[in-house]
Amino acid sequence: MITCSDAVRQLWDYLDGAVEESDRRAIEEHLEVCQRCCGEVEFSNELRAFLTTHAFEDLPGDAKVRLTSFLDEM
Amino acid sequence: MLIGATVDEKEEFRAIASAQLNRLYATARRLVGDEAEDVVQEALMKAYQNFGQLHDRGAAPAWLMRILVNSCRDRGRARSREPVEVDLDEVEEFSLYRKIAYEDPFPYSDSLHLDFLQRFGKEDVTEVLLLLPEIYRVPLVLVHMQGYATKEVAKLLGVPLGTVLARLHRGRKLFEKTMWDYAEANDLLKEGVR
Repeated sequence: MITCSDAVRQLWDYLDGAVEESDRRAIEEHLEVCQRCCGEVEFSNELRAFLTTHAFEDLPGDAKVRLTSFLDEM
Repeated sequence: MLIGATVDEKEEFRAIASAQLNRLYATARRLVGDEAEDVVQEALMKAYQNFGQLHDRGAAPAWLMRILVNSCRDRGRARSREPVEVDLDEVEEFSLYRKIAYEDPFPYSDSLHLDFLQRFGKEDVTEVLLLLPEIYRVPLVLVHMQGYATKEVAKLLGVPLGTVLARLHRGRKLFEKTMWDYAEANDLLKEGVR
């Protein structure tokens, strides 16, 4: 059985599906008995969603005008 | 100036570049902050000058993004903010989830972790990203904010996939730790603020 530290270290990679099969099984066995690490998984998912929702920033109208003019003048 | 370019080529470049402006700007904002517009212009100029060498026009969006990311990296190296000191062992063990639970910054909250995230506006997220060393910031932004696959990032940066995965892993842990440090330093943990 892996420790909480071992599980936490690999959580993001686990959520990406980027861990070896044996590591995935070890993490899932740990999650079955560790409520705190289940909270970690939930929070890691929230943090990933948080990053996605903070990704796109509309190009401000004045910057769009300037960049479009820049392209036109090339 | 694109020497010897035909009118059609110039129009083609403008059409491709115009369609990518939002994406280029959003990426640049996360990688260089307030200098985004300048870097996008710089990247467009470089792309325009080399457009004739791009034979697969279908690859133009990824090609443009690669030029932008390289421009951001050049700019970042030249004018970077003081990056956070990285103690990799400490970062590796850090858990933002546990830190929030242990420190309990909002004792009256019944959704402590979500409340913590909600204290961060887009400007705060940009500031946190700009505190990360560039080698961690770039893969984090491209994968988690711009939706690139890790393989695409490896190709775009010209590094092995294993390098991208390792930087992404550390970058995410470092992002968590930097969020906490930033929140402490900028009064985001005080009840009633924001």
